[in-house]
Amino acid sequence: MHIDSIRNGIVLDHIKAGKSMEIYRFLGLDSLDCSVAIIKNAPSHKQGRKDIIKIDSAIEPDLDILGFIDPEITVNIIRDGELVEKKHLTLPRQIRDVLKCKNPRCITSVEQELPHIFNLTDPRRAVYRCAYCETKAE
Amino acid sequence: MRSLIDIQQLSVEEIDELIALANDIIAHPDDYREKCRYKKLATLFFEPSTRTRLSFEAAMYELGGQVLGFSEAQSSSAAKGESVSDTVRVVSGYADIIAMRHPKEGAPLVASMAATVPVINAGDGGHLHPTQTLTDLLTISREKGRLNDLTIGVCGDLKFGRTVHSLIAAMARYKGMRFALISPEELKLPSYIKKEILQQKHIDYVQTTDLASVMGELDILYMTRVQRERFFNEEDYLRLKDSYILTPEKLQTAKADLSILHPLPRVNEISTAVDADPRACYFKQALYGKYIRMALILKLLEVA
Repeated sequence: MHIDSIRNGIVLDHIKAGKSMEIYRFLGLDSLDCSVAIIKNAPSHKQGRKDIIKIDSAIEPDLDILGFIDPEITVNIIRDGELVEKKHLTLPRQIRDVLKCKNPRCITSVEQELPHIFNLTDPRRAVYRCAYCETKAE
Repeated sequence: MRSLIDIQQLSVEEIDELIALANDIIAHPDDYREKCRYKKLATLFFEPSTRTRLSFEAAMYELGGQVLGFSEAQSSSAAKGESVSDTVRVVSGYADIIAMRHPKEGAPLVASMAATVPVINAGDGGHLHPTQTLTDLLTISREKGRLNDLTIGVCGDLKFGRTVHSLIAAMARYKGMRFALISPEELKLPSYIKKEILQQKHIDYVQTTDLASVMGELDILYMTRVQRERFFNEEDYLRLKDSYILTPEKLQTAKADLSILHPLPRVNEISTAVDADPRACYFKQALYGKYIRMALILKLLEVA
């Protein structure tokens, strides 16, 4: 399968196979009017299979959201057809308005306008807890 | 300006300072009678808790300050649908410090982010209750003369009992602690507390359903109530509420210098016959609650 190279934009590589649509939604890529290619189940030496997203626009994706979804993703920045930077992700210490707390006793269940904040409490097990009630994110 | 939402915000040194200040207030109450003159405490109690509210109010009055507030959500603007943030923004203009109790977990944190005066979490649902834990620490410190090298038995509802969770988290920071976790199977300490606190800090603990099997080893016995409001299901509550009742007979194998604590109110989990036992400390503990709150108000208002 042939996908045109991009000149100025980003390539999200090493996405866990099957996760690309989730990332597409979280990053709001449907609202872009540039070319966006989603490659699913591409062969990978490291992972066996992987997904790739190519975005033909110099957007700045929310690295916290990406890191939260999958810290193994690499973000390749392309300028004038050349790879100028390769970013490796880590689990963000805090995420805002990505998840909603499921605890019916949490203040966020009744005050809808509050930001939904989760903090990384156990980096080894990638555990996030609600900043308000400490309920574990599912 | 600082608030107290979670006991874990305080370092061991800061807790020691609060305990030292409370001890000084107990020893020299007259020195503190005017410390908060012209200061006001707002007690915003969105759910009733007479004991905690009275203890905060008594603390402020004994410091020479004044108190305003409400004791249930129906008599507050929350009944009209006002947000916690808006309520405390308004109250920040009327009071110098706020003590808030709220049925929703995290509400005092939200308040502290919006308020321009210090906010004290006076209990948020089944989540945190830092001034109860400070009360427990002051009581243990006064009764035992130390906060280290102790065997603490916690008994009753260890699943929903927030006072137990925060007591374990707070005491786990001191050296030489051992815990006996005594509860029915259904109300065992949540595994994340065992993993994230006890096992991570390599703290020695035993888990048992049999109070008698550990009674002789305990320096502190912390009894808790099985609370109706923490259950979604009435049947489960009725089945478990009488699981552990402390009686003089059960205390026969206990150490002579055991200290029995309870956050109160009790229902029937400590027989009234135990009250006369010199090892019963729970009424003293309630009194110490006032002194530690006085110390906390002084610290947060920076008038200590």
